Amino acid sequence: MTDLTQLGVKDIRDGVRDGTFTAREVAESLNAAVADAAALNAFIVTTPDHALAAADAVDAARASGETLGAMAGVPIGMKDLFATNGVQTTAASHILEGFTPRYESTVSQKLWDAGAGMLGKLNLDQFAMGSSNETSYFGNVASPWRKDGSNQPMSPGGSSGGSSSAVAARIAPAATGTDTGGSIRQPAAFTGICGIKPTYGRCSRWGVVAFASSLDQAGPMARSVEDCAIMLGAMAGFDPKDSTSLQMDVPDWEGALSADLRGKRVGIPREYRMEGTDQAILDSWEQGKAWLKDAGAEIVDVSLPHTKYALPAYYIIAPAEASSNLARYDGVRYGLRDLPEPGSGAGASGSGLQDMYAATRAAGFGDEVKRRILIGTYVLSAGFYDAYYTQAQKVRALVARDFERAFEQCDVILAPTTPTASFPLGSMNADPLTMYLNDVFAVPASLAGLPAMSVPATINADGLPLGLQLVGRPFDEQGVLNAGLAIQQRAGFAAKPEKWW
Amino acid sequence: MSVDKATVARIASLARIHMEDAELERMVPELNGILEWVEQLGEVDVTGIEPMAAVIPNSLRLRDDVVDADPRTGGGRRADVLANAPVAEHGFFGVPKVIE
Repeated sequence: MTDLTQLGVKDIRDGVRDGTFTAREVAESLNAAVADAAALNAFIVTTPDHALAAADAVDAARASGETLGAMAGVPIGMKDLFATNGVQTTAASHILEGFTPRYESTVSQKLWDAGAGMLGKLNLDQFAMGSSNETSYFGNVASPWRKDGSNQPMSPGGSSGGSSSAVAARIAPAATGTDTGGSIRQPAAFTGICGIKPTYGRCSRWGVVAFASSLDQAGPMARSVEDCAIMLGAMAGFDPKDSTSLQMDVPDWEGALSADLRGKRVGIPREYRMEGTDQAILDSWEQGKAWLKDAGAEIVDVSLPHTKYALPAYYIIAPAEASSNLARYDGVRYGLRDLPEPGSGAGASGSGLQDMYAATRAAGFGDEVKRRILIGTYVLSAGFYDAYYTQAQKVRALVARDFERAFEQCDVILAPTTPTASFPLGSMNADPLTMYLNDVFAVPASLAGLPAMSVPATINADGLPLGLQLVGRPFDEQGVLNAGLAIQQRAGFAAKPEKWW
Repeated sequence: MSVDKATVARIASLARIHMEDAELERMVPELNGILEWVEQLGEVDVTGIEPMAAVIPNSLRLRDDVVDADPRTGGGRRADVLANAPVAEHGFFGVPKVIE
């Protein structure tokens, strides 16, 4: 019998619909695979009963001849940044440990409505702040991948590191991710899977723990472009409860997939040739151009002159928004409360409200979160606001204008996703800046709100996956997916991590 | 611009995060490293450029003026609202004494 854990979204959906296997069989196989993979630490909590209940509902609907949803019978992993009714939602933080929402995020509800079930809540960098999944209060996530001949644990990328690890390890056919400055694309590249961040506003942010609201965007992570197209279709759509939600119809991305790129122009941004980029990454970029050319596209040079400034602008804007968003964690309404004893420690003279705030936040936030809150507070403070925050917002406008001009000359942009392959856990922590630089190719599209995707291209000399990134015009997820499909068909990426967990 | 320990202590207090001396001292070089790096934005000529707040042009909608139009965001859900409170008393959030 087929090993159901090896199947992707489309194959599971079609197999359940056609009666090749039942949704319950799929859920049972994947629940078992999840239970067997504790060594990855990809899940904060597992929810096998949720997956089984959703599967039984799909099997019953099929038996009574109902039309099945786009994700019917597909159990997925849910990044623990999405509020799930009755299931702990932590953002991988101590301050939200035990928080059990009494509501469901719009995106997760849409997935359940489409027939998906939940295998569990996936680990991530705390409040999605990190690029290696080492800032979670619930421990590091390990990538299923290892360097050839080594058993050193490798980073699955971040912040959606539980998602990338689970999908690459075949313990989930797909997972939700969120991308603020590369948090879907970088982990996808590190683990040899696909991930797409749609245009800002496509997926509702309602019920998603906020990091930087002008940048945060949810998207799917899966092992093929087709699976991403299917799942994105189920996640996207207008939501009146999110003021920045796009009031636009959701196209049939899956139905319109085409790897025929004749008449399309692919832009190669010259500023992305940066020092410090691995030669293997530059080689895969060259290969990517050849693949897209083979698919009928014309390759053109484009310029994005402010690329260099995108990352520093991001590290002002994102912490500024985070410092404001995270002000809500005050120990009053939900989450952790730490009330110091009167006369001791923090509040020497009798533990008032202010002492409670300061002690709660000191105990509840991890180091990276505190660092970003402090940076954000500083750049928004009187006297520094214009020099830092306003300047960064202006640079953001220039980054967006660069893309606008480039898209006068091309239809989609091809670039590397990351400057390096995955690195060993613990190897990049000496200086926070080194870690930030890993998102140098991902952040510009985030600042401009553009749809962007990573697809696996090849493996490097160490046996680790490398990804290629496609960036499209606003609302042109289709163009991004189509170019991704053209690469997928030509790359024939079939490498899998060897099971050690 | 760079920060010293007193400035970090002031920011931490504005951000309502209690920090012991050792933590403040550790933060100083880390924050200065980041601030020094973002300084490069000063090189960019931004003459005539408007700061960008919303990346995809979108106008804020007003919802219909209907009570409880969406039950999930409407009223009458006190038990749900208080369900995760560290201290809930008599249908309210409990907090330490605010007024002496």
